[in-house]
Amino acid sequence: MSYHSFLLEPISCHAWNKDRTQIAMCPNNHEVHIYKKEGSNWNKIHVLKEHNGQVTGIDWAPESNRIVTCGTDRNAYVWTLKGDAWKPTLVILRINRAARCVKWSPKENKFAVGSGSRLISVCYFEQDNDWWVCKHIKKPIRSTILCLDWHPNNVLLAAGSCDFKCRIFSAYIKEVEEKPAPTAWGSKMPFGEVMFESTGTAGWVHGVCFSDSGNRVAWASHDILPFKSDPAQTFLTSETLPLLCVTFITENSLVAAGHDCYPVLFVYDSNKAALSFGGKLDVPKQSAQKGMTARERFQNLDKKATTDSKEAVLESLHKNSISQISILNGGKARCAKFCTTGMDGGMAIWDVKTLESAMKDLKIV
Amino acid sequence: MAKNTLSSRFRGVDIDEYDENKFVDEQDEAAEQQGPDACEVDHLIRQGDTMTAFHIALRNPPINSKNPAVKERAQAVVLRVLTAFKSSDIEPAVKSLDRNGVDLLMKYIYRGFEKPSDNSSAILLQWHEKAFAVGGLGSIVRVLTARKSV
Repeated sequence: MSYHSFLLEPISCHAWNKDRTQIAMCPNNHEVHIYKKEGSNWNKIHVLKEHNGQVTGIDWAPESNRIVTCGTDRNAYVWTLKGDAWKPTLVILRINRAARCVKWSPKENKFAVGSGSRLISVCYFEQDNDWWVCKHIKKPIRSTILCLDWHPNNVLLAAGSCDFKCRIFSAYIKEVEEKPAPTAWGSKMPFGEVMFESTGTAGWVHGVCFSDSGNRVAWASHDILPFKSDPAQTFLTSETLPLLCVTFITENSLVAAGHDCYPVLFVYDSNKAALSFGGKLDVPKQSAQKGMTARERFQNLDKKATTDSKEAVLESLHKNSISQISILNGGKARCAKFCTTGMDGGMAIWDVKTLESAMKDLKIV
Repeated sequence: MAKNTLSSRFRGVDIDEYDENKFVDEQDEAAEQQGPDACEVDHLIRQGDTMTAFHIALRNPPINSKNPAVKERAQAVVLRVLTAFKSSDIEPAVKSLDRNGVDLLMKYIYRGFEKPSDNSSAILLQWHEKAFAVGGLGSIVRVLTARKSV
Protein backbone atom coordinates (compact mmCIF):
# COMPACT_ATOMS: atom_id res chain seq x y z
CA MET A 1 0.00 0.00 0.00
CA SER A 2 1.30 3.39 -0.76
CA TYR A 3 -0.27 6.60 0.25
CA HIS A 4 0.45 9.97 -1.23
CA SER A 5 -1.01 13.15 0.13
CA PHE A 6 -1.55 15.51 -2.75
CA LEU A 7 -3.16 18.44 -1.10
CA LEU A 8 -5.14 19.58 1.86
CA GLU A 9 -8.42 20.00 0.01
CA PRO A 10 -10.58 17.04 -0.91
CA ILE A 11 -9.95 15.41 -4.26
CA SER A 12 -13.30 15.69 -6.00
CA CYS A 13 -12.56 13.13 -8.68
CA HIS A 14 -9.63 11.48 -10.43
CA ALA A 15 -8.76 9.47 -13.52
CA TRP A 16 -5.68 7.54 -14.62
CA ASN A 17 -4.13 7.38 -18.06
CA LYS A 18 -3.56 4.13 -19.89
CA ASP A 19 -0.16 3.16 -18.51
CA ARG A 20 -0.94 4.54 -15.06
CA THR A 21 1.90 7.02 -15.04
CA GLN A 22 -0.29 10.08 -15.01
CA ILE A 23 -3.26 10.98 -12.90
CA ALA A 24 -5.74 13.77 -13.59
CA MET A 25 -7.60 15.09 -10.60
CA CYS A 26 -9.64 18.02 -9.42
CA PRO A 27 -8.50 19.66 -6.18
CA ASN A 28 -12.01 20.79 -5.32
CA ASN A 29 -11.89 23.87 -7.54
CA HIS A 30 -12.41 24.84 -11.18
CA GLU A 31 -9.23 23.26 -12.47
CA VAL A 32 -7.95 19.85 -13.37
CA HIS A 33 -4.39 19.06 -12.43
CA ILE A 34 -2.41 16.35 -14.16
CA TYR A 35 0.42 14.81 -12.20
CA LYS A 36 3.10 12.56 -13.59
CA LYS A 37 4.99 10.03 -11.61
CA GLU A 38 8.71 10.52 -11.92
CA GLY A 39 10.65 8.15 -9.76
CA SER A 40 8.90 8.33 -6.45
CA ASN A 41 7.62 11.88 -6.80
CA TRP A 42 4.48 13.16 -8.33
CA ASN A 43 5.05 16.29 -10.40
CA LYS A 44 2.32 18.54 -11.68
CA ILE A 45 2.77 18.77 -15.42
CA HIS A 46 -0.48 20.28 -16.68
CA VAL A 47 -3.23 22.47 -15.35
CA LEU A 48 -6.44 22.44 -17.36
CA LYS A 49 -8.39 25.60 -16.78
CA GLU A 50 -11.60 25.94 -18.66
CA HIS A 51 -14.44 25.22 -16.33
CA ASN A 52 -16.27 27.98 -14.50
CA GLY A 53 -17.51 25.76 -11.75
CA GLN A 54 -16.18 22.91 -9.67
CA VAL A 55 -15.17 19.92 -11.77
CA THR A 56 -17.30 17.02 -10.59
CA GLY A 57 -16.26 14.23 -12.93
CA ILE A 58 -13.15 13.26 -14.92
CA ASP A 59 -12.64 10.25 -17.13
CA TRP A 60 -9.55 9.40 -19.20
CA ALA A 61 -10.06 7.22 -22.23
CA PRO A 62 -7.12 4.80 -22.29
CA GLU A 63 -6.99 4.01 -26.01
CA SER A 64 -7.76 7.33 -27.61
CA ASN A 65 -6.04 9.33 -24.84
CA ARG A 66 -8.82 11.86 -24.43
CA ILE A 67 -9.99 13.30 -21.17
CA VAL A 68 -13.59 14.29 -20.60
CA THR A 69 -14.43 16.54 -17.68
CA CYS A 70 -17.76 17.79 -16.45
CA GLY A 71 -18.57 20.39 -13.87
CA THR A 72 -21.10 22.39 -11.96
CA ASP A 73 -21.03 25.02 -14.71
CA ARG A 74 -23.33 22.67 -16.69
CA ASN A 75 -20.65 22.02 -19.31
CA ALA A 76 -18.45 19.17 -20.36
CA TYR A 77 -15.16 19.46 -22.20
CA VAL A 78 -13.32 16.84 -24.20
CA TRP A 79 -9.56 17.43 -24.00
CA THR A 80 -7.14 16.14 -26.60
CA LEU A 81 -3.39 16.26 -26.32
CA LYS A 82 -1.90 18.37 -29.09
CA GLY A 83 1.83 18.43 -28.82
CA ASP A 84 2.51 19.28 -25.26
CA ALA A 85 -0.76 20.87 -24.26
CA TRP A 86 -4.30 19.71 -23.72
CA LYS A 87 -6.85 21.48 -25.91
CA PRO A 88 -10.49 21.57 -24.84
CA THR A 89 -13.56 21.12 -26.99
CA LEU A 90 -16.84 22.24 -25.52
CA VAL A 91 -19.70 19.75 -25.49
CA ILE A 92 -23.14 21.28 -25.18
CA LEU A 93 -25.06 19.06 -22.82
CA ARG A 94 -28.33 21.02 -22.84
CA ILE A 95 -28.76 20.66 -19.10
CA ASN A 96 -29.88 23.36 -16.74
CA ARG A 97 -28.31 22.03 -13.57
CA ALA A 98 -24.83 20.88 -12.62
CA ALA A 99 -23.26 17.84 -14.20
CA ARG A 100 -22.38 15.24 -11.62
CA CYS A 101 -20.45 12.38 -13.16
CA VAL A 102 -19.05 11.36 -16.53
CA LYS A 103 -17.85 8.09 -18.02
CA TRP A 104 -16.42 7.09 -21.39
CA SER A 105 -18.01 4.04 -22.92
CA PRO A 106 -15.77 0.96 -23.31
CA LYS A 107 -15.21 1.63 -27.04
CA GLU A 108 -14.65 5.34 -26.35
CA ASN A 109 -16.93 6.49 -29.11
CA LYS A 110 -19.41 8.05 -26.70
CA PHE A 111 -19.65 9.17 -23.12
CA ALA A 112 -22.47 9.66 -20.64
CA VAL A 113 -22.92 12.55 -18.22
CA GLY A 114 -25.21 12.32 -15.20
CA SER A 115 -26.60 15.59 -13.98
CA GLY A 116 -28.78 17.32 -11.44
CA SER A 117 -31.38 18.14 -14.06
CA ARG A 118 -32.73 14.62 -13.72
CA LEU A 119 -31.37 13.29 -16.98
CA ILE A 120 -28.39 11.54 -18.52
CA SER A 121 -26.74 13.09 -21.56
CA VAL A 122 -25.24 10.52 -23.90
CA CYS A 123 -22.80 12.30 -26.21
CA TYR A 124 -21.25 11.08 -29.43
CA PHE A 125 -19.12 12.69 -32.09
CA GLU A 126 -20.82 13.66 -35.30
CA GLN A 127 -18.30 13.50 -38.12
CA ASP A 128 -20.21 15.74 -40.57
CA ASN A 129 -20.36 18.72 -38.28
CA ASP A 130 -17.15 17.98 -36.39
CA TRP A 131 -19.05 18.42 -33.18
CA TRP A 132 -20.14 16.45 -30.13
CA VAL A 133 -23.89 15.94 -30.05
CA CYS A 134 -25.91 14.67 -27.14
CA LYS A 135 -29.11 12.73 -26.63
CA HIS A 136 -31.04 12.77 -23.37
CA ILE A 137 -32.37 9.94 -21.28
CA LYS A 138 -35.12 11.48 -19.18
CA LYS A 139 -37.82 9.00 -18.26
CA PRO A 140 -38.32 7.77 -15.58
CA ILE A 141 -35.56 9.55 -13.65
CA ARG A 142 -37.00 11.65 -10.83
CA SER A 143 -33.89 13.13 -9.27
CA THR A 144 -30.16 13.79 -9.64
CA ILE A 145 -28.01 11.07 -11.20
CA LEU A 146 -25.06 10.50 -8.90
CA CYS A 147 -23.06 7.76 -10.57
CA LEU A 148 -22.75 5.89 -13.88
CA ASP A 149 -21.14 2.75 -15.19
CA TRP A 150 -21.08 1.24 -18.68
CA HIS A 151 -21.72 -2.40 -19.55
CA PRO A 152 -18.88 -3.99 -21.56
CA ASN A 153 -21.14 -4.20 -24.63
CA ASN A 154 -20.93 -0.40 -24.99
CA VAL A 155 -24.71 -0.02 -25.01
CA LEU A 156 -26.10 -0.56 -21.53
CA LEU A 157 -25.55 2.07 -18.87
CA ALA A 158 -26.19 1.68 -15.15
CA ALA A 159 -27.15 4.84 -13.32
CA GLY A 160 -27.62 5.44 -9.63
CA SER A 161 -29.79 8.29 -8.63
CA CYS A 162 -31.07 10.32 -5.70
CA ASP A 163 -34.57 9.00 -6.24
CA PHE A 164 -33.39 5.88 -4.39
CA LYS A 165 -33.18 3.70 -7.48
CA CYS A 166 -30.50 2.13 -9.58
CA ARG A 167 -31.51 1.67 -13.20
CA ILE A 168 -29.95 0.13 -16.28
CA PHE A 169 -30.70 2.05 -19.46
CA SER A 170 -29.94 1.36 -23.03
CA ALA A 171 -27.76 4.06 -24.54
CA TYR A 172 -27.77 2.63 -28.04
CA ILE A 173 -26.91 5.32 -30.60
CA LYS A 174 -27.58 4.04 -34.08
CA GLU A 175 -25.27 6.63 -35.68
CA VAL A 176 -22.15 5.19 -34.13
CA GLU A 177 -22.74 1.51 -33.61
CA GLU A 178 -24.62 -1.56 -34.75
CA LYS A 179 -27.44 -3.28 -32.96
CA PRO A 180 -26.16 -5.03 -29.87
CA ALA A 181 -26.60 -8.73 -29.24
CA PRO A 182 -29.06 -9.82 -26.56
CA THR A 183 -27.67 -9.77 -23.04
CA ALA A 184 -28.73 -11.05 -19.65
CA TRP A 185 -30.68 -7.82 -19.16
CA GLY A 186 -32.87 -8.10 -22.24
CA SER A 187 -32.76 -8.24 -26.01
CA LYS A 188 -34.63 -5.22 -27.29
CA MET A 189 -32.60 -2.14 -26.53
CA PRO A 190 -33.89 1.04 -28.12
CA PHE A 191 -32.35 4.23 -26.84
CA GLY A 192 -33.54 5.21 -23.38
CA GLU A 193 -35.22 1.89 -22.61
CA VAL A 194 -35.13 0.92 -18.94
CA MET A 195 -33.81 -2.62 -18.76
CA PHE A 196 -33.85 -2.86 -15.02
CA GLU A 197 -35.03 -0.75 -12.12
CA SER A 198 -34.21 -1.57 -8.54
CA THR A 199 -36.60 -1.66 -5.64
CA GLY A 200 -36.11 -1.81 -1.95
CA THR A 201 -33.41 0.72 -1.21
CA ALA A 202 -34.28 3.79 0.77
CA GLY A 203 -31.18 5.89 0.36
CA TRP A 204 -29.38 7.73 -2.39
CA VAL A 205 -27.37 5.51 -4.67
CA HIS A 206 -23.81 6.79 -4.45
CA GLY A 207 -21.90 4.29 -6.53
CA VAL A 208 -22.70 1.66 -9.13
CA CYS A 209 -20.57 -0.90 -10.93
CA PHE A 210 -21.04 -3.61 -13.53
CA SER A 211 -18.99 -6.76 -13.19
CA ASP A 212 -16.50 -7.64 -15.89
CA SER A 213 -18.92 -9.89 -17.75
CA GLY A 214 -21.70 -7.35 -17.39
CA ASN A 215 -24.08 -9.91 -15.93
CA ARG A 216 -23.91 -8.54 -12.46
CA VAL A 217 -24.36 -5.10 -11.07
CA ALA A 218 -23.77 -3.82 -7.56
CA TRP A 219 -24.60 -0.43 -6.17
CA ALA A 220 -23.84 1.33 -2.93
CA SER A 221 -26.84 2.95 -1.37
CA HIS A 222 -26.90 5.01 1.78
CA ASP A 223 -28.33 2.23 3.86
CA ILE A 224 -27.36 -1.05 2.24
CA LEU A 225 -25.26 -2.60 -0.49
CA PRO A 226 -27.51 -4.30 -3.02
CA PHE A 227 -26.32 -6.66 -5.66
CA LYS A 228 -28.07 -8.09 -8.65
CA SER A 229 -26.95 -11.12 -10.50
CA ASP A 230 -29.52 -12.50 -12.87
CA PRO A 231 -31.91 -13.62 -11.67
CA ALA A 232 -31.25 -13.29 -7.96
CA GLN A 233 -31.10 -10.01 -6.16
CA THR A 234 -29.54 -9.83 -2.76
CA PHE A 235 -28.33 -7.14 -0.47
CA LEU A 236 -26.17 -6.72 2.52
CA THR A 237 -27.19 -4.39 5.30
CA SER A 238 -24.10 -2.64 6.48
CA GLU A 239 -23.05 -2.10 10.04
CA THR A 240 -20.79 0.74 9.15
CA LEU A 241 -21.16 4.25 7.89
CA PRO A 242 -22.56 4.55 4.37
CA LEU A 243 -20.47 3.42 1.41
CA LEU A 244 -19.81 5.90 -1.36
CA CYS A 245 -18.13 3.91 -4.11
CA VAL A 246 -17.99 0.31 -5.16
CA THR A 247 -16.11 -1.69 -7.77
CA PHE A 248 -15.76 -5.33 -8.75
CA ILE A 249 -12.28 -6.78 -8.47
CA THR A 250 -13.17 -10.25 -9.66
CA GLU A 251 -16.47 -11.64 -10.85
CA ASN A 252 -17.39 -12.56 -7.28
CA SER A 253 -15.72 -9.98 -5.12
CA LEU A 254 -16.37 -6.32 -4.58
CA VAL A 255 -14.42 -3.62 -2.88
CA ALA A 256 -16.38 -0.70 -1.52
CA ALA A 257 -15.37 2.33 0.50
CA GLY A 258 -17.07 5.29 2.03
CA HIS A 259 -17.35 7.43 5.07
CA ASP A 260 -15.55 4.90 7.21
CA CYS A 261 -12.27 5.80 5.51
CA TYR A 262 -11.17 2.26 4.73
CA PRO A 263 -12.02 -0.08 1.83
CA VAL A 264 -14.04 -3.15 2.60
CA LEU A 265 -14.19 -6.42 0.75
CA PHE A 266 -17.47 -8.22 0.00
CA VAL A 267 -17.72 -11.68 -1.44
CA TYR A 268 -20.68 -13.05 -3.39
CA ASP A 269 -21.45 -16.72 -3.17
CA SER A 270 -23.42 -17.70 -6.24
CA ASN A 271 -24.49 -21.06 -4.79
CA LYS A 272 -26.14 -19.46 -1.83
CA ALA A 273 -26.98 -16.26 -3.74
CA ALA A 274 -25.75 -14.28 -0.79
CA LEU A 275 -23.41 -11.39 -0.31
CA SER A 276 -21.16 -11.50 2.71
CA PHE A 277 -18.67 -9.26 4.38
CA GLY A 278 -15.15 -10.33 3.47
CA GLY A 279 -12.96 -8.12 5.58
CA LYS A 280 -11.66 -4.69 6.27
CA LEU A 281 -8.87 -3.87 3.82
CA ASP A 282 -6.76 -1.61 5.91
CA VAL A 283 -3.57 -2.34 7.74
CA PRO A 284 -3.55 0.05 10.62
CA LYS A 285 -0.24 1.05 12.00
CA GLN A 286 0.30 -0.81 15.21
CA SER A 287 0.71 2.06 17.59
CA ALA A 288 2.60 1.23 20.72
CA GLN A 289 0.10 0.32 23.38
CA LYS A 290 1.40 2.14 26.34
CA GLY A 291 -0.22 1.55 29.65
CA MET A 292 -2.57 4.15 31.01
CA THR A 293 -1.54 6.00 34.08
CA ALA A 294 -4.09 6.52 36.81
CA ARG A 295 -4.09 10.23 36.05
CA GLU A 296 -4.93 9.62 32.37
CA ARG A 297 -7.70 7.24 33.32
CA PHE A 298 -9.24 9.82 35.61
CA GLN A 299 -8.89 12.51 32.95
CA ASN A 300 -10.63 10.32 30.40
CA LEU A 301 -13.41 9.60 32.82
CA ASP A 302 -13.82 13.28 33.45
CA LYS A 303 -13.68 14.41 29.83
CA LYS A 304 -15.26 11.55 27.93
CA ALA A 305 -17.08 9.50 30.59
CA THR A 306 -15.18 6.43 29.56
CA THR A 307 -12.08 4.64 30.74
CA ASP A 308 -11.08 3.58 27.24
CA SER A 309 -7.64 4.45 26.06
CA LYS A 310 -8.71 4.85 22.45
CA GLU A 311 -7.64 8.16 21.04
CA ALA A 312 -9.79 10.18 18.74
CA VAL A 313 -7.34 9.67 15.89
CA LEU A 314 -8.33 7.52 12.96
CA GLU A 315 -6.14 4.51 12.48
CA SER A 316 -6.90 3.99 8.84
CA LEU A 317 -4.73 5.06 5.93
CA HIS A 318 -7.16 7.67 4.69
CA LYS A 319 -8.02 10.30 7.24
CA ASN A 320 -11.35 11.24 5.77
CA SER A 321 -14.09 9.71 3.66
CA ILE A 322 -13.08 7.88 0.51
CA SER A 323 -15.05 9.18 -2.43
CA GLN A 324 -13.76 7.25 -5.44
CA ILE A 325 -12.19 3.88 -6.21
CA SER A 326 -10.55 3.08 -9.52
CA ILE A 327 -8.96 -0.10 -10.83
CA LEU A 328 -5.32 0.23 -11.83
CA ASN A 329 -4.25 -3.17 -13.06
CA GLY A 330 -5.99 -6.29 -14.11
CA GLY A 331 -9.38 -4.86 -15.05
CA LYS A 332 -12.55 -5.83 -13.23
CA ALA A 333 -11.94 -9.51 -13.75
CA ARG A 334 -8.67 -9.96 -11.96
CA CYS A 335 -7.77 -6.71 -10.35
CA ALA A 336 -4.26 -6.56 -8.99
CA LYS A 337 -4.15 -2.99 -7.82
CA PHE A 338 -6.74 -0.36 -7.10
CA CYS A 339 -6.57 3.24 -6.06
CA THR A 340 -8.72 5.29 -3.71
CA THR A 341 -8.98 9.05 -3.33
CA GLY A 342 -10.82 10.90 -0.71
CA MET A 343 -11.78 14.01 1.09
CA ASP A 344 -8.44 14.14 2.86
CA GLY A 345 -6.67 15.09 -0.37
CA GLY A 346 -4.72 11.87 -0.46
CA MET A 347 -4.48 8.98 -2.85
CA ALA A 348 -3.75 5.45 -1.76
CA ILE A 349 -2.75 2.57 -4.00
CA TRP A 350 -3.71 -0.84 -2.71
CA ASP A 351 -2.09 -4.04 -3.85
CA VAL A 352 -4.44 -6.98 -3.81
CA LYS A 353 -1.71 -9.59 -3.41
CA THR A 354 -0.15 -7.92 -0.38
CA LEU A 355 -3.57 -7.42 1.16
CA GLU A 356 -4.39 -11.07 0.70
CA SER A 357 -1.22 -12.16 2.40
CA ALA A 358 -1.46 -9.54 5.12
CA MET A 359 -4.94 -10.52 6.19
CA LYS A 360 -4.91 -14.21 6.72
CA ASP A 361 -8.60 -14.95 6.56
CA LEU A 362 -9.26 -12.69 3.62
CA LYS A 363 -10.40 -14.65 0.62
CA ILE A 364 -10.82 -13.04 -2.73
CA VAL A 365 -12.78 -15.50 -4.77
CA MET B 1 -34.97 49.19 -1.94
CA ALA B 2 -38.65 49.53 -2.65
CA LYS B 3 -41.01 48.64 0.12
CA ASN B 4 -42.71 45.83 -1.76
CA THR B 5 -39.53 43.75 -1.88
CA LEU B 6 -39.49 43.35 1.88
CA SER B 7 -42.56 41.24 2.37
CA SER B 8 -43.24 38.04 0.45
CA ARG B 9 -46.87 37.81 1.50
CA PHE B 10 -47.90 38.77 -2.00
CA ARG B 11 -46.88 35.30 -3.07
CA GLY B 12 -50.31 33.77 -2.97
CA VAL B 13 -49.49 30.80 -5.18
CA ASP B 14 -47.23 27.89 -4.27
CA ILE B 15 -45.58 27.31 -7.65
CA ASP B 16 -43.98 24.06 -6.58
CA GLU B 17 -47.41 22.49 -6.48
CA TYR B 18 -47.86 23.13 -10.18
CA ASP B 19 -44.48 21.89 -11.31
CA GLU B 20 -45.20 18.90 -13.55
CA ASN B 21 -41.98 17.23 -12.50
CA LYS B 22 -42.83 17.36 -8.82
CA PHE B 23 -41.62 14.28 -7.00
CA VAL B 24 -44.59 12.44 -5.58
CA ASP B 25 -43.77 9.65 -3.23
CA GLU B 26 -45.22 6.26 -4.01
CA GLN B 27 -46.98 5.12 -0.88
CA ASP B 28 -48.78 1.87 -0.64
CA GLU B 29 -51.47 1.79 2.02
CA ALA B 30 -51.42 -1.31 4.11
CA ALA B 31 -54.67 -1.58 5.93
CA GLU B 32 -53.70 -4.47 8.16
CA GLN B 33 -50.87 -2.63 9.85
CA GLN B 34 -52.76 -1.29 12.79
CA GLY B 35 -49.94 -1.33 15.28
CA PRO B 36 -49.40 -3.78 18.11
CA ASP B 37 -52.23 -4.95 20.32
CA ALA B 38 -52.23 -2.68 23.37
CA CYS B 39 -54.42 -4.81 25.66
CA GLU B 40 -52.43 -7.96 25.10
CA VAL B 41 -49.20 -6.15 25.75
CA ASP B 42 -50.58 -4.56 28.93
CA HIS B 43 -51.76 -7.93 30.17
CA LEU B 44 -48.32 -9.47 29.63
CA ILE B 45 -46.54 -6.62 31.34
CA ARG B 46 -48.75 -6.95 34.37
CA GLN B 47 -47.99 -10.65 34.45
CA GLY B 48 -44.31 -9.84 34.40
CA ASP B 49 -43.58 -11.48 31.02
CA THR B 50 -41.77 -8.54 29.53
CA MET B 51 -39.94 -10.56 26.85
CA THR B 52 -43.09 -11.75 25.12
CA ALA B 53 -44.67 -8.33 25.50
CA PHE B 54 -41.57 -6.94 23.80
CA HIS B 55 -41.86 -9.26 20.81
CA ILE B 56 -45.54 -8.60 20.41
CA ALA B 57 -45.04 -4.86 20.64
CA LEU B 58 -42.59 -5.05 17.75
CA ARG B 59 -44.99 -6.89 15.52
CA ASN B 60 -47.22 -5.10 13.00
CA PRO B 61 -45.39 -1.80 12.88
CA PRO B 62 -47.56 0.88 11.28
CA ILE B 63 -44.93 1.66 8.68
CA ASN B 64 -47.09 2.20 5.64
CA SER B 65 -49.92 3.90 7.46
CA LYS B 66 -50.54 7.60 6.89
CA ASN B 67 -52.70 7.85 9.99
CA PRO B 68 -50.79 9.69 12.72
CA ALA B 69 -53.10 8.38 15.45
CA VAL B 70 -52.14 4.80 14.64
CA LYS B 71 -48.49 5.69 14.82
CA GLU B 72 -48.90 7.53 18.14
CA ARG B 73 -50.69 4.57 19.62
CA ALA B 74 -48.01 2.15 18.48
CA GLN B 75 -45.27 4.38 19.85
CA ALA B 76 -47.02 4.61 23.23
CA VAL B 77 -47.32 0.83 23.46
CA VAL B 78 -43.68 0.24 22.62
CA LEU B 79 -42.54 2.89 25.07
CA ARG B 80 -44.55 1.22 27.84
CA VAL B 81 -42.86 -2.07 27.16
CA LEU B 82 -39.40 -0.54 27.02
CA THR B 83 -39.88 1.18 30.38
CA ALA B 84 -41.21 -2.00 31.95
CA PHE B 85 -37.86 -3.75 31.41
CA LYS B 86 -35.18 -4.02 34.08
CA SER B 87 -31.75 -2.74 33.05
CA SER B 88 -30.19 -6.17 33.17
CA ASP B 89 -32.84 -7.67 30.90
CA ILE B 90 -32.34 -5.21 28.08
CA GLU B 91 -29.31 -6.94 26.55
CA PRO B 92 -30.82 -10.43 26.15
CA ALA B 93 -33.98 -8.87 24.74
CA VAL B 94 -32.01 -7.04 22.05
CA LYS B 95 -29.98 -10.15 21.27
CA SER B 96 -33.16 -12.10 20.64
CA LEU B 97 -34.05 -9.87 17.71
CA ASP B 98 -33.05 -10.42 14.11
CA ARG B 99 -31.58 -7.79 11.82
CA ASN B 100 -34.91 -6.25 10.84
CA GLY B 101 -36.04 -6.32 14.45
CA VAL B 102 -33.03 -4.32 15.58
CA ASP B 103 -33.66 -1.76 12.83
CA LEU B 104 -37.30 -1.50 13.90
CA LEU B 105 -36.32 -1.11 17.54
CA MET B 106 -33.93 1.70 16.58
CA LYS B 107 -36.76 3.44 14.74
CA TYR B 108 -38.98 3.31 17.81
CA ILE B 109 -36.13 4.51 20.04
CA TYR B 110 -35.49 7.55 17.88
CA ARG B 111 -39.20 8.24 17.67
CA GLY B 112 -39.25 8.14 21.47
CA PHE B 113 -36.37 10.63 21.64
CA GLU B 114 -38.47 13.14 19.74
CA LYS B 115 -40.90 13.57 22.63
CA PRO B 116 -39.06 13.17 25.91
CA SER B 117 -41.08 12.73 29.08
CA ASP B 118 -40.02 12.15 32.69
CA ASN B 119 -37.60 9.34 32.72
CA SER B 120 -38.08 8.13 29.17
CA SER B 121 -34.84 9.55 27.79
CA ALA B 122 -32.64 7.75 30.28
CA ILE B 123 -34.30 4.43 29.59
CA LEU B 124 -34.23 4.99 25.84
CA LEU B 125 -30.55 5.79 26.04
CA GLN B 126 -29.89 2.46 27.73
CA TRP B 127 -31.84 0.68 25.01
CA HIS B 128 -30.00 2.72 22.38
CA GLU B 129 -26.63 1.64 23.73
CA LYS B 130 -27.53 -2.04 23.57
CA ALA B 131 -29.19 -1.81 20.18
CA PHE B 132 -26.21 0.10 18.81
CA ALA B 133 -23.86 -2.63 19.99
CA VAL B 134 -25.78 -5.12 17.87
CA GLY B 135 -26.88 -3.01 14.92
CA GLY B 136 -23.92 -0.73 14.53
CA LEU B 137 -23.87 2.60 12.75
CA GLY B 138 -25.68 1.02 9.82
CA SER B 139 -28.89 0.64 11.79
CA ILE B 140 -28.84 4.33 12.74
CA VAL B 141 -28.23 5.32 9.12
CA ARG B 142 -31.19 3.18 8.12
CA VAL B 143 -33.38 5.01 10.64
CA LEU B 144 -32.32 8.33 9.15
CA THR B 145 -32.80 7.32 5.52
CA ALA B 146 -35.96 5.28 5.95
CA ARG B 147 -38.79 6.63 3.85
CA LYS B 148 -41.40 4.58 5.65
CA SER B 149 -41.02 5.58 9.25
CA VAL B 150 -42.66 4.16 12.27
